[in-house]
Amino acid sequence: MREMLFIIIGAVLINNIILAQFLGVCPFLGVSKKLSSAIGMGVAVTFVLTLASLITWLVQICILNRLHIEYLQTIAFILVIASLVQFVEMVMRKKTPDLYQSLGVYLPLITTNCAVLGVAIINIQKSYTFMQTFANSLGNALGFTLALVLFAGIRERLEEADVPQSLKGMPIALITAALMSIAFLGFSGLL
Amino acid sequence: MIYAVLSLAVLGALFGIVLGVANKKFAVEVDSRVEAVTKVLPGANCGNCGFPGCSGYAEAIVAGTVSLDACTPGREEVYHKIAAIMGVAVGAAKERKVVQLLCKGGRENAAFLYKYEGVQDCHVAAAMFKGPKVCSYGCLGLGSCVQACPFGGIQMGADQLPVIDYELCSGCGVCVNSCPQHVLKLVEVSHLVHVRCSNKEKGKQAKEACAVACIKCKLCEKNCPEGAISVVADAEGSIAVIDYTKCTNCGICVEKCPTRVIEKMLPLTTSFVQNKDFTAGQPPTGCQHCGLCQ
Repeated sequence: MREMLFIIIGAVLINNIILAQFLGVCPFLGVSKKLSSAIGMGVAVTFVLTLASLITWLVQICILNRLHIEYLQTIAFILVIASLVQFVEMVMRKKTPDLYQSLGVYLPLITTNCAVLGVAIINIQKSYTFMQTFANSLGNALGFTLALVLFAGIRERLEEADVPQSLKGMPIALITAALMSIAFLGFSGLL
Repeated sequence: MIYAVLSLAVLGALFGIVLGVANKKFAVEVDSRVEAVTKVLPGANCGNCGFPGCSGYAEAIVAGTVSLDACTPGREEVYHKIAAIMGVAVGAAKERKVVQLLCKGGRENAAFLYKYEGVQDCHVAAAMFKGPKVCSYGCLGLGSCVQACPFGGIQMGADQLPVIDYELCSGCGVCVNSCPQHVLKLVEVSHLVHVRCSNKEKGKQAKEACAVACIKCKLCEKNCPEGAISVVADAEGSIAVIDYTKCTNCGICVEKCPTRVIEKMLPLTTSFVQNKDFTAGQPPTGCQHCGLCQ
């Protein structure tokens, strides 16, 4: 249990998927203009990432390893993630049309979100057990959500702030992201 | 090899079945009227209705949150079609607006400060000492509105002033927003008398800047029987302005104006594009004497 807690904290703060590993930067910049859609995206990614990691772990252990076809890892994982995203999209469109509208093009983009594939592969590389995989992917997803929500909050304030003309919009967002990344470096001695 | 093919095929089939079932189970009913209304709309995505695009407006129509005649480019024709789709009785549609150019300072009339040879865009020229003309209020004649018009309704005339095709003009106002000089204005199509000048300087300076300038003599104001035209002053200066709600198209001000700034158009019926081939010598109704056909 203690070990699982360490994995989660490590994934959320120390090896934050966006700010330390630089995966999933596209939605990080794209869906962070409004706090509400950032939270929605975070929830969607959390769901997809956790579920995808578990299924890919099962696929890896039960199929790829047993049949010695590990070289098919990438295509098999992408297959799992793509189907899962489609599934989530259908459910969201039915159950929460507003969230579906506000996420727009970024929901299908989870399919090619390197964070999802990245976490799935890291789980295998570190030869985690099933429960460790669960903890690690949940931690990474929470870390993604945390970074996204914090960033969206900052960007909402930046809209009101007196930013120099040449830095308005994306440039100041990138600078902010870099500063956040430096700030998260401070967590590296935590564990 | 055989395992690789088989395992991927099985995985693919499995996910396919799951997705297929989910698709049936979570199917969302899309109102067929949305598609029908979208098809009827012009599809220019001009945004004049207040929605980001035609499809957004179509959804709002079906949701019943907006009036059906908000599409200015579509005019009455589209309004009637939408009403038919929605099963609503047709009311009187708003009168359509067309864009009017409030400047006559073309190459012939206006005095120039310098020769502009930069990027052919009004915004760029406007940043250089407020444009190449002495008059800093007038049309720059580089055709940003021609570029902006989603309906191809504006052409550059021989005098380097934009010529508006009132048949093609949909009144969407995209050109009005694209003009850095704000010399374009949307006016209801039935109003025929316009003050074709935007210069707010004093009479003498205005006259020096352009042969066809409002010199604030107030002759129009004194002679208007309806009190519809007056020289309105603000922080920048003053200019004759027509109150279109009072104007009766009588044309007295047109006669009185010493610089011929005020113009009465013929009723807008035809398109200059269609009229290019007239030969009888008599310009047809709607002719704006732009010289494009010659």
